[in-house]
Amino acid sequence: MIAPGTESPKRKPAKINVRVLRQDGPGLPQYWERHQVEYEPDMNVISVLQKIAAQAKTTDGKKVNPVAWDCGCLEEVCGSCTMVINGRVRQSCSALVDRLMEEHPEEIELRPMTKFPVLRDLMIDRSRLFHNLKRVKAWVPVDGSFDMGAGPRISREEQEQNYPLSQCMSCGCCLEACPQFNKIELQRNPGETDEAFEARKQKAYDEGFLGAHAISQAMLFNSHPVGKNIASERMEALTGTGGVQACGNAQNCVAVCPKQIPLTTSIARAGRAATVYSFRKFFDR
Amino acid sequence: MGNRVLVVGGGLAGLAATMKLAELGVPVDLLSLTPVKRSHSVCAQGGINSVNDLTRQQGDDEWKHFDDTIYGGDFLQNQPPVKEMAYWAPKVIDLMDRLGVTFNRTPEGFIDRRRFGGTLYKRTAFAGATTGQQLLYALDEQVRRYETEGMVKKYEFWDFLGPITDENGRCVGAVAQDMVSMEIRSFPADAVIVATGGNGLIFGRSTMSVFCTGSAASRCFQAGAKLGNPEFIQVHPTAIPGADKLRLMSESARGEGGRVWVPRRPNDSRYPKDIPQSERYYFLEERFPKYGNLVPRDIATREIFNICVNEGLSVDPTRMCVYLDLTHIPRAELDRKLGGILEIYEKFQGVDPRDEPMKIFPAVHYSMGGLWVDYEANASGGLLAGSPKNQSTNIPGLYAIGECDYQYHGANRLGANSLLSCIFSGLFVAPGIVNWMKDHKAASELPKSLFEQAVSSANERHKKLLANQAGDENPYLLHQELGDAMTRAATVVRDNKQLEDAYAKVLEMQERSKRCSLSDTGNWTNQNVIFTKAVQDMFPVALSILKGALMRDESRGAHFKPAFSLPSLKSTDPAERRKEAEEWCDNFEANNRKFLKTTVCTWNGKEPDHSFEDIDTRLLAPRPRLYGLVGAEAIEQVWKERSAKKEGSEKKELVGASH
Repeated sequence: MIAPGTESPKRKPAKINVRVLRQDGPGLPQYWERHQVEYEPDMNVISVLQKIAAQAKTTDGKKVNPVAWDCGCLEEVCGSCTMVINGRVRQSCSALVDRLMEEHPEEIELRPMTKFPVLRDLMIDRSRLFHNLKRVKAWVPVDGSFDMGAGPRISREEQEQNYPLSQCMSCGCCLEACPQFNKIELQRNPGETDEAFEARKQKAYDEGFLGAHAISQAMLFNSHPVGKNIASERMEALTGTGGVQACGNAQNCVAVCPKQIPLTTSIARAGRAATVYSFRKFFDR
Repeated sequence: MGNRVLVVGGGLAGLAATMKLAELGVPVDLLSLTPVKRSHSVCAQGGINSVNDLTRQQGDDEWKHFDDTIYGGDFLQNQPPVKEMAYWAPKVIDLMDRLGVTFNRTPEGFIDRRRFGGTLYKRTAFAGATTGQQLLYALDEQVRRYETEGMVKKYEFWDFLGPITDENGRCVGAVAQDMVSMEIRSFPADAVIVATGGNGLIFGRSTMSVFCTGSAASRCFQAGAKLGNPEFIQVHPTAIPGADKLRLMSESARGEGGRVWVPRRPNDSRYPKDIPQSERYYFLEERFPKYGNLVPRDIATREIFNICVNEGLSVDPTRMCVYLDLTHIPRAELDRKLGGILEIYEKFQGVDPRDEPMKIFPAVHYSMGGLWVDYEANASGGLLAGSPKNQSTNIPGLYAIGECDYQYHGANRLGANSLLSCIFSGLFVAPGIVNWMKDHKAASELPKSLFEQAVSSANERHKKLLANQAGDENPYLLHQELGDAMTRAATVVRDNKQLEDAYAKVLEMQERSKRCSLSDTGNWTNQNVIFTKAVQDMFPVALSILKGALMRDESRGAHFKPAFSLPSLKSTDPAERRKEAEEWCDNFEANNRKFLKTTVCTWNGKEPDHSFEDIDTRLLAPRPRLYGLVGAEAIEQVWKERSAKKEGSEKKELVGASH
């Protein structure tokens, strides 16, 4: 927050120093590289990376390949541009240079997320995140898209509870911060086909922790009047391997969520539902 | 391998089409530059329009939604598709409701509605300030469900390089490149749907996402597809200038009392709060005493542009912008009424707009024009459901939907109609494609050489670019230069001399773009080469925008050419005024005979060729849009009398069935 009545514009630096943790491809070593770009007002980390791409030269003047990174909407609704900036996982579009320089004037440090395989530099492979949405069947199982009239009546209270959860943009911040969510990175075996490699990956993903975002989505759809028709299928995933019991209650997820989604509330709900579901399943045998 | 369809682009339109095709039993390959859940549709905030139970009881109906859309678009649309869309709108919202979209609710639990521009009714359903995101997620979830059932295969981080056509010119698939491994391969398909959105990046920075380069549409255009109305670009008056992007600032800031101003003295470097009232120029309030800061969008856009570009009164020496000032309104009131949008400003500018005036400037926002598509009308003037002609480009088997088609918004788009047109065109195209496939040989049965040929020529272009070490052009700087030229000549105010100069300049830049040298010549996740190809492919569309604007010597909707605008009435004497109004109407009719036409561009390998095509006005006769014009009442009177006379003489004839 800026103090009310800020009197005069602050003195601005002429240059910005940036230190980037690079990696040329999967399985290759990481290395640090320093870049320097001209300061402009209203810059964010995206515009810094755009300048780095355009000049493709390190601080020492060495010609290098442009740094690879992922971005999309640049207004914090698409979830593309997650990275670790000055040690904190966040969206790079809303990471403002002026603020970063206030915290740490010497340089800006950019690293890729550590819980997903690096494709190149700051680009990571988050397909596991989307895969986990399949595991919890994060959808309303409608009959189809033909015109069947309006949906069920939803109270204002229900909408206000569900809307924050439906703003999850699958950015992965909660997973980066989670001590229980560990990186799964497989190497392709010699002679392995695309399909076989993909199947092996899916299987490994199926055994890993679901993570806060997927648990929260399961809760979102379990509370929808039609979504809950397959609640027990979601509970199977939540009580199975990598389910909600794997959560260690560190509460890091909710602290780093850029959308302030009440993730720990969702996890607590899921935990209670899992206990009830397991009991019922045991006695219904 | 049986029939397959390739959908390119996974925003609202692409996902709606994918979902519908899968439901109809057609397997889909879904290809996108980004994970589909991150598509640009997430940026839409306001809402989605439809007639509803409440507005119906206030006298609203589908026909009025249709009329508002046509009138708002200044009659430049073929009318049957727009009619069909308006009649489907309530069904589209019911469907999205069933899919679980968290629409805001009334106390009784019905979908809440708000009012948007260009209509008298509260037609707009919304989910907080993230309606586009919520709608996209609902479709993304359904498509993920079909993915688990094996009906959809996603190819995310793939770049569409162009359609593949057989010897009869029918589209039988596409070539695309994996943006991670850089592998180029073909996708045989019985039909290809392009749903790749707008082309804001041609203007450098816009309110659009980084993938909205228009390159996919351009690659279809260069392969022979026609463009319709490329010159129609919506510019929103108030956006937040950023070094990387222009972010939208909602009109409600002015609705709640925000005032737009600049210092009277050029290059006044004082802090805004230190500039006394008498030295501030509230130019909208001074020039439009009646409407003040709430003049219509196009006028506000033109005035802000004019004050910075022509009068040199920008408040920032390094970039053009004006103040949008809310600091005179109590904080508590601002928080209550404008909390959400002020947070966006605060987050991205690092400045609290409750303390310091916002710096805003108009920004390119939406492409009304796009790939030309066909339709087949039914007896009542809507669309014939299941016709393979609907949404078809002039390349048989190649379809276009969503923002990348030209069909629904004419010369100007109404707020909250874009989400509707995307979902509608996506759903509606599917049954037509199923019928198209029934009558055509499956692409998988065609000779392999056809596809190998396409892959090898795409490979050739790719390799040539990587090998071009002697080049002297930086693609990023060239893109900036293109954006500057386009923003100067082809956004808010257009002038033939400027357009001609820009055309020559862009043509020259197109030549230079062939000499782009890459800083990355590797073959792994090479974003440099993907971007360079996108930049090269911006030029054919950029030239079409300029040519379309150059050839259209009139003002219509977003296309404003002062030298050819119909003037206001000047006389105050009633008889003289009547005479002027008669003349005005004569000119209006003469102008429509010449320019109430669709611009059609085709690519000749070097430049766009331009022609005009008649517009299907079978349902609504064109009438003047007079908002804000001096003498509007007199013109309206004359126009009414003329229309009544015409109707009398044509009695039972069908009005204007021209298509």
